[in-house]
Amino acid sequence: MSGVRVLVGTRKGAFVLRSDGKRDQWDVSGPHFPGWEIYHLKGSPADQDRLYASQSNGWFGQLIQRSDDGGASWEAVGNDFSYQGEAGTHQWYDGTPHPWEFARVWHLEPSLDDPDTVYAGVEDAGLFRSADGGKHWEELPGLRGHKSGPSWQPGAGGMCLHTIILDPSSPGRIFTAISAAGAFRSDDGGQTWRPVNQGLRSEGIPDPAAEVGHCVHRLAMHPSRPSVLYMQKHWDVMRSDDAGESWHEVSGDLPTDFGFPIDVHAHEPETVYVVPITSDSHHFPPEGKLRVYRSRTGGDEWEPLTQGLPQEHCYVNVLRDAMAVDSLDSCGVYFGTTGGQVYASPDAGDSWVPIVRDLPAVLSVEVQTLP
Amino acid sequence: MTGHADVIRVALPAHLRTLARVQGEVELQVPGRVTQCAVLDALEARYPMLRGTIRDQRTGKRRAFIRFFACEEDLSHQQPDAPLPEAVAVGAEPYLIVGAMAGG
Repeated sequence: MSGVRVLVGTRKGAFVLRSDGKRDQWDVSGPHFPGWEIYHLKGSPADQDRLYASQSNGWFGQLIQRSDDGGASWEAVGNDFSYQGEAGTHQWYDGTPHPWEFARVWHLEPSLDDPDTVYAGVEDAGLFRSADGGKHWEELPGLRGHKSGPSWQPGAGGMCLHTIILDPSSPGRIFTAISAAGAFRSDDGGQTWRPVNQGLRSEGIPDPAAEVGHCVHRLAMHPSRPSVLYMQKHWDVMRSDDAGESWHEVSGDLPTDFGFPIDVHAHEPETVYVVPITSDSHHFPPEGKLRVYRSRTGGDEWEPLTQGLPQEHCYVNVLRDAMAVDSLDSCGVYFGTTGGQVYASPDAGDSWVPIVRDLPAVLSVEVQTLP
Repeated sequence: MTGHADVIRVALPAHLRTLARVQGEVELQVPGRVTQCAVLDALEARYPMLRGTIRDQRTGKRRAFIRFFACEEDLSHQQPDAPLPEAVAVGAEPYLIVGAMAGG
C-alpha cells in the first residue's frame, strides 16, 4: 500500500514521520541528531531511501548527514563548503564591504535523476553541488560571482540561499532565491546566472523596482508547468508565467500578503497554498488564527482553510521551508510551526490534524510519497 | 618529547562523542612531537567525521566556541605547534576539547 514519509527539521533535531496512504496513523521516529539544528532534510526523487540532512550548531559548525535506508541510519559525509577562488565581499548591514563567510546550509536539493548529485544553498549566499553523495562539495561560483554580488545585503535572518528548484523539463535550468537579493535563473546547469526579478516591487529598498535587492522568501513550481512560478515575497504573493522573466502580484484578497512558505497542489497547477502572517514585525498569524489560504485560480482569489487548525490564541510562525505536499491521489498538504506542531491535511487542505504537537521549533518539512 | 609512543588521552564534548560514536575518552597514538596540531591531526585522521567541527578544515583555525584545556590550563590561545604539557604527552592527563559555555 502506498504511504508517505514526512521529514521534519527542527531547532533540536530531525524527525521522520511515517504513515500509510490513509494518513491517519503516524509512526514518529527521532530526534535524530538531538540537540542540533536541522535546517533541512530531503529525499532523492530518484531513490526514496537516499536522504540528505543539513546538521549544524554554533559550536561545531556544519555537518551533512546521508541516509541510504530511508532515515533509519545516517552517515556524516563531506562538510567542506569552501568558496571557490577569492571569497570577495558583499554589502554588510552598515553598507561596508563584508567578506563572504560560510555560516550554514539552509537547503539541500537532490537531483531529479541521480541520487548521488545534490545541491546545497548556503549562507552567506552561494550554491554548491556534490556529485558523489555528499562526500565532496564544489561551489558553482557563477551565482555568487554575478556582477551584482558585491551589492547583495543580508536580510534579518542572514544572507541565505534558501530555495533551489530544478526544472524537470529543461535539465540545465535552475532557479534559486536569496534573501535579500532576489530570484536568479541559470539555463546552463548553474554556470551562469541572471536575476529574474522584473515586476517585483519592494518598498523597503531605495529603488522599489531594482533588478536585485528583493527579499524573496520562497519560490514554488508545479513540475507539469515549469514556466509558471509562484513567489512569497517579504510582502506580496507573486506569479510568473514566463519562467521568471516577469512577475505580477496575485495577493488578491489575502488578509495580509506577508508570509514565508508557498506551495502548489500535486495535481492541480493552479491550486496554491500560503500561510499569511501579520507583518514583518509581528511574525504570527492575524487575529491569533492559524489559517492556510488556498487559491484554486492560480492566485488573486483565496479561501481560508481553518478546519482543525487553532482559531484563537495562536501565535506561531511557519517558516519558508516548512510546507510540502505529497502526490497521492488525494493530495496531502503538510506544514510545521515554530511552536513544534506538524499539521497534515489528507484532503488538499479541507481539514487538518496535528501529527505531532510538541516538537522543537520546526525549520523544514518535506514529504516523500512512497509506492 | 620526540619519538615517544605513549597514548594520548583526548576528552571530547558530548555532541562530538555522539558524532564519532565513542564513549568516554579517546586514546590516540601521536607520532613525533605532541602538539595541539598533531593531536588534532591524529584525532581527525581516526575520526574523519570530526573534520571541521573543532577547527576550520582549510585554515586550521579553532572554532570560536571551542576551547582546549589541559592540566587546569587554558591552551586555546597557544600556538598550534607548541608542545603540550608533559603530563598530556605521556598520557597522565587528558587533553580536553570543550564546547564553551555560551547561549545565555
